[in-house]
Formats: sequence, structure tokens, C-alpha cells
Amino acid sequence: MVLVRHMPAGLDNTSDDPSARQALIVGNNTYESVTDKVCGAVEDPRIDKRWLAMFVVALGVLATFFGLIVYLISTGVGVWGNNNPVAWGWPIVNFVFWVGIAHAGTLISAILFLLRQDWRTSINRFAEAMTIFAVVCAGTFPGIHVGRIWVAYWLFPIPNQMSMWPNFRSPLLWDVFAVSTYASCSLVFWYMGMVPDLATLRDRAKHPLRRFAYGVLSLGWRHNARAWHRYESAYGMLAGLCTPLVLSVHTIVSFDFAVAQLPGWHTTIFPPYFVAGAIFSGFAMVITVAVPARAMYGMKDIITLRHLENMNKVILATGMMVGYAYSMEFFIAWYGGNRYEQFAFINRATGPYWWAYWIMVSCNVISPQIFWFKKARTSIPIMMVVAIFVNVGMWFERFVITVTSLSRDFLPSSWDYFRPTWVDMGMLVGSFGLFFTLFLLFLRFLPMIAIAEVKTVMPRPAKASGAPEPAETAASLN
Amino acid sequence: MSNGRITHGSSDEPSWIKDLTAHDEESEQVLHAVVGEYATPDELLHACEQVRDAGFRDWDAITPFPIHGIEESMGVKKTILPWIVLGAALSGTTTALLLQWFTNAYDYPFVISGKPFFSLPANIPVTFELTVLFAVFTGFFAMLGLNLLPALYNPLFRHPRMKRFSSDRFAIVVESGDSLFERERVEKLLRSSGAVGVEPLFRPARRAGLPKTFYGVGLVAAVASLLPLAMIAKARFTTTEKTRIHIIQDMDMQPKFKAQAPNRLLGALWNDPRASIAPVDGTVARGEYVEDEAFQYGLDDEGAFVKQFPVTVDEHLLARGEERFAIFCSVCHGLSGDGNGQVNQRAKALAVSGGRGMAWAPPAKLFEQRIVDLPVGEIFNTVTNGKNNMKGYAAQIPVEDRWAIVAYVRVLQKAANVPVGQLPQDVRQELESQPVEGEANK
Repeated sequence: MVLVRHMPAGLDNTSDDPSARQALIVGNNTYESVTDKVCGAVEDPRIDKRWLAMFVVALGVLATFFGLIVYLISTGVGVWGNNNPVAWGWPIVNFVFWVGIAHAGTLISAILFLLRQDWRTSINRFAEAMTIFAVVCAGTFPGIHVGRIWVAYWLFPIPNQMSMWPNFRSPLLWDVFAVSTYASCSLVFWYMGMVPDLATLRDRAKHPLRRFAYGVLSLGWRHNARAWHRYESAYGMLAGLCTPLVLSVHTIVSFDFAVAQLPGWHTTIFPPYFVAGAIFSGFAMVITVAVPARAMYGMKDIITLRHLENMNKVILATGMMVGYAYSMEFFIAWYGGNRYEQFAFINRATGPYWWAYWIMVSCNVISPQIFWFKKARTSIPIMMVVAIFVNVGMWFERFVITVTSLSRDFLPSSWDYFRPTWVDMGMLVGSFGLFFTLFLLFLRFLPMIAIAEVKTVMPRPAKASGAPEPAETAASLN
Repeated sequence: MSNGRITHGSSDEPSWIKDLTAHDEESEQVLHAVVGEYATPDELLHACEQVRDAGFRDWDAITPFPIHGIEESMGVKKTILPWIVLGAALSGTTTALLLQWFTNAYDYPFVISGKPFFSLPANIPVTFELTVLFAVFTGFFAMLGLNLLPALYNPLFRHPRMKRFSSDRFAIVVESGDSLFERERVEKLLRSSGAVGVEPLFRPARRAGLPKTFYGVGLVAAVASLLPLAMIAKARFTTTEKTRIHIIQDMDMQPKFKAQAPNRLLGALWNDPRASIAPVDGTVARGEYVEDEAFQYGLDDEGAFVKQFPVTVDEHLLARGEERFAIFCSVCHGLSGDGNGQVNQRAKALAVSGGRGMAWAPPAKLFEQRIVDLPVGEIFNTVTNGKNNMKGYAAQIPVEDRWAIVAYVRVLQKAANVPVGQLPQDVRQELESQPVEGEANK
């Protein structure tokens, strides 16, 4: 006899009772109600006041960002606090920070897909969108950091009258290839996942212009099974290709540091440590954007508490990996017997940037420990606070790695203290403006949940004629 | 949701579909397909098996999401997509390796910290990235291609129930192009397989052509878009005397006048076309005032070279002069001023061993009578500004030191031309005790 236990009604599906499989989508949703709900957020002709307020703020910050970039290019990189020896400064800190955030998207999409983690379907569109926008922010910084931005195309092997080619033996060149491959593949992966949902939006569109726009974007997708067959094959392969890609990209970003000879950078632990950190910060960012968005658009029954709890578990696990890496760096500095490395690490924790180091440790290692408690994992305010702490901590991690190590190189006479200028700070804030502008546009114009994928993890209706319509409307649940 | 026959004019039909329908009714229509609607995935799977077994080929199921197991129910063969992607991945690998070998090891080999020009470890990251890049793009575009997408129009899009087929309903579409297609037979099959609605789908017999002007404008635009490319190609393969267009000037070209160049604007203003403006008469620029011209230039008030040292000549000055002379002058003039320094010896050696095109003007012998007769001011002038092959040393030797060198030159002249009778006794004995070159032969 099969014991069938149904979860209690309501939105809490976080029970770990092993005798019943918890539903991933709650609240009596049907195929139709999921379509209506996700498409409705895009189709609603009224503009949400909260959305508008956030968009105006984000757009303002973005305008500041562009203004600062123009100021930078027209004046020169001297407007930053970068000095000798800290030539990388905040721009590269910001680059690594954003590129790290960008990794959760493809991780959720690709790795969790390969691992058959069905809960990914509710959050993968979010996370992939976040990936694309974070990569845009990340790409901006090295782009404007090259100094003479008008010759930035020299980064790529383009035949030219100087007969010059890039140096393929340099980690910085690897980085160009890794980040641009990651950006373009993530875009393809995201777009491909969205094509069927765009077709749904097209089929529902009432205004001809809207139908035309979504019609072009959906490429004529018509949900036929023969196309789905090839689509699923392609999706699986893209997931399989993007999984090592995610790991390779942050590995190569870590090579920018690890291949250099500088004490504090020249360690073999960097690739796995960077990847764990990237996943850590990326999941924190997904929480940061998903929690407000699910409340605003009434998606609490699709992005359920269980999804958030799962992400918090990943944050707890990767947070401890990062903590392990921090301690292992110190251990190896002592165990390796390299006096310069020992100095570099003692200087990190007790030198002029001690405050940055301890902010990093408290935010990244200590704050996620609260997720050992289920109450904290399922509490929206606590998870928001921890997620923001993690974002801050991970920015400081990159600051500590980049600035502390560079400011104390081999030659004591060249040691210097790095101070950011107002332009540095403005650009860090400004990059958030770019990120949130793109993200808010995404929420308004594109399906924020992978509609077709969510339906595959919903229980199949037994009989259509008997299937009840949702008893209560979705909006009333939130 | 109606279980009966679905008719045009459902209430949720957007107005533009009504327009299309009105248009369709007036134009000639042909049967495109028969569409059966199903309520659940399981009913659809069951129906698919029946359509498959009936032997149809041009048919498809419409499902709002991929349904697992539908491939078997429909008899869909496994796609060749994975093999296409594998091919793309391998060509990505090859491209990356060839690119790196060609650029860094063949076309422009350059040494970077002694690393080999081409070695797998350093070239793996880019190779991996290009492999993934090629595979992902091919995976996506080949998927579209195999699905015959993009195809922005399909008669199905005008089906009033399409909105549901992409949301929560399922359909089987049997197209009229199938060799077994008979409308009644298909309708009967679909109805008996559990369809909640079966309906024919018509399409216009003739697709409306694009307006003629579209082709004209398109052709002009296509040709115009090739113009920049053609101009770039022409620029690459022809020569010109015009300066290359630099969009970004960097510091290669600066808007400035070079020294001695004419400047028409100034010429028009002050009747003096020199770009380097002469100072106003009777003015001295900052830092250019010279208090003592004899000391600075070796000239007296009349502009003749001074005959007396403008500095105090003492032992200290001579010692300084000897040291400076050894550093700056002796390489050519020799330590004794005999004009046979290292440079001269090397030049002569090259000339002996067949140095091509050697036209060596040997350095002056400083104790020649011609130079002994020169006023000290003129020797100072030579040290300052140079003479013949010799360059001026004003930039390297401070004024004080130049006078010290001149004083030391005078010492050398004195030493070279001293009569035997004036030599100190001990020096004379030392010199006389040495064998004179060539005397042994006498």
C-alpha cells in the first residue's frame, strides 16, 4: 500500500518529512495559472509605482555611472585612486566582484540541471538574467581600466597593419577569452531558455506591436514536439558545456592573480577558492534580487520558501568553503616557509588594511553560520540581511586580495597606501545602477520565471475536465 | 474551455485576429491541417501513439512544455544535433590551437619571459574557451536550423486556440501535405483518440507578396551597406600620398609649430613669419641672464675670446680638470692629449682590418702648436660647443668644470713641449734610463 501524504495547504513547503515529496510549486497552481501569473506581470498595462520608483533611482545612478566613465575617459585614469604599486585598484576589485556574482546564474541553470535539481526551474531565469547583467557590469571595468579605451580592440586577435598579435601566454589574455566566451554563451543559454516563453507571450499578445516584438524575439517557435525534442537535446548539451565553462571562467580570473609572482597571489588554492567564492556571492545576489521581486510580483507560490531555503543551504556550504580557503592560505604561508608569503598574510590580518580583512571574515565566514538554524534559513528578514552581508563581504574579499597584496610588494621603498577617490566610489555605486536598471527592465518586459520549465516539474493533471480551476486567485495568496 | 467544436469568434480573440479572419473569408483558402485539442499530457501521449500507428508523417504535437516520453509515442528519431555540436567543438579546438600557433609562434614570434612560443599548457585556457564557444553557438543555431527556425509565420499562429496551446492545452496537428491525409479520416481518428475539439485549419492559397518598393529600397540599402567595406578594401590594397586617417590621434600628431617652421598667422600679425617668436628687444628671459660673459662664454666685452682664465687657477682646479678630462675627453684625445684615445685606436683598427667606408677624422693632438696658440676662451668655446666631429659638452659638463678642463689642457701642452733642460733632475734621469725606441737599430 502506498502511503500518500499531502503537504499541508498554504505556502510552507519547507518540511523535511521524507515520507512525502514536497511540492515545488504551491498554492493550487495549474499550468494555466502559472502562465497567467508570469505573463501577467509583463502584460499588465499599469506601471507599478514601486517598480517605477526603483527604476527612476536606478536610471539616475546609471546616468551618474556613464557620466563618470565619460569623465574618466576624457581626463585619464588619474581620476582614480590607483597608484604605484596598486595599479589595479578598485576597477579590478569591482570586475572580480561582478564576475563572481555572474557565476551563480549559469551554475543554477547548468550544474543544477545536470544534477536534476528540479527546484532550479523557478529561479533559473532570474539567476541567468542576473548573470548577463552582472557580466555587463564586470566587463565595463577592465574595459575602462585599459587606459586608452579606444584601442581596447587590441585585446582581440584582429589582423592589423602593425602585424601585432595578443600574447596568448598571458593570463590576462586568457581572461579576455574566458569572460567574453562566458558572456556570449550565457546570453545564448538564457535566450534559448526564453524562446518558448516569448512564444507564449506572443500568442497571448493583444496589441499588434507587442505581438510583432515578441514574435520576432521568439523566432517563430510554435511549441511542437519535434522542435522540443531537438530543443531539449540542445539544452542538455548547453548545460553540459556551460558547467565546465563556469568553473573555467573563475579559474582563469584567479589565474590573473595566481600566475603572478606576488606574495599573497601566488598560491595554487586560488582556482577552487575563487570558484567557491563566486558561487557563494552569486547565490547571495540571487536571494537579494529574488526576495523583493517575488513579493512584488506575487510569485511566492512559484519561488517558494523551499527554493530560498535551498539557496541558503548553498550559501552556508560555500561560505564554509571560503572560510576553509582563508585559513588554508594562512596555514600554507606558515607551512611553506616562504617569509614573504608569511609577511603578506600577517600583513593582511594585522597590517594597514586589517579592517578590510576582518570585515571580510565576519561577513563571509561568520554571518552565514546562522543558517545552521532552520528558523533563520526560512526567515525572509534574516536571509536578506545575511545575503547583503555576503555581498559586502565578497566585495571586501576581492579588495583584500587585490589591494593588500599589491600595496606591499617586494620592494619596500615602493610600498604605498591605496586611497579611493570619489570617482572610484561613484563607479562602484554606479555599476549597481547599471545592474538594477537592466534587471528592472527584465522584470517588466521578459518572463521572469521559466514558464515551460516550471510546468515540467508540476504534477500532471489526471483529467482535464475534472481539474478544478484555482480556488483562489493567485494574487490573494501574497 | 469548451469541449465542443471551436469556432472563430471566441470572446478572447484579439481584434487583429478578427481582421485577419475577415480578410481570409474573402480570399481563397486551402486546408492547411486538422488540429485536435487535448486536455492532459497523458491523453495526448495516447493519441500520439494512434496517429503514429496510422502511418502519418507530416504531423506534430503542440505542447506548452516538453513532455517526457513523447518521442516514443510519436516515433521521433533521435536528433543528430549532438554530432553537429561535437564537430563544432572539435573545430573550435583546432581553430584555437592554430590561431595561437600562427600568431605567437609563426607570424610574429616574440619571447615572453623565456616561455616557449608554442606549448600546450599555456595554450589550454584559450583552447578550452573556444571549444565551448563554438559548441554552444552551434548547438543553439543548429537546433534552430533543424527546427526550420526562425520562421516568423506559421498558419498555426492564426489558430484561435494557439494561446492555450502555449499555456495549458495540447494539440495534434496533422498537415494536409501528408500523403495519407484525408480530412474526414483524420478528423475521425483524432476524435476517437480522445480529442476535446477537432477543427480544420485553413491558410490563404497565396501568400501576400512584399510591396514592390520594399525590394527597391532593400536593394539600395544592401548595395549601400557594401560601400564602406569596398572603401576599406580599396584603402588596404592601394597606395596614397595622403596621411593615414587617425581617428584617435594619441600623441602621434600634435597641433603645434616646430622650431624654425613658418607661421602664417604670426607673419600676418607682426610681419615676422617665424613660429619661434624672438624675444622683445632689450628683454632678457628668466634664467637667461648671464652676469659674467667671460666666465660663461669665454668672451670679453668686445666679443673676442679671452686670453686670461676668468677663474682662479690653483692646484684644486687642476686636479678637478685632470679628473674631468679623463672622464669626458680622454676617450678620443687620449690621457696625454696625443689624440690617440680608445675611440681613435678602435677606428684605426677597423680601418686596418678593412672597415668599409671609413672616413675617420682623427681627434686633434692637444699639444700641437696651433692649439697651444689658441686663447683659453676659444678652447673653452670648443669644449662648450664642439668643433668638426666633436660635439659640444655644455649639456654634460658644468661651466666651472669646463674651465678646469681647459686649465688641464694647458698643463698637458706645457708637459708635452717642455725642453729637456727644464725637467727636474729625477724625472730627467728616469726618462734617460729608458731605451729609446728605434735606437737599438742604430
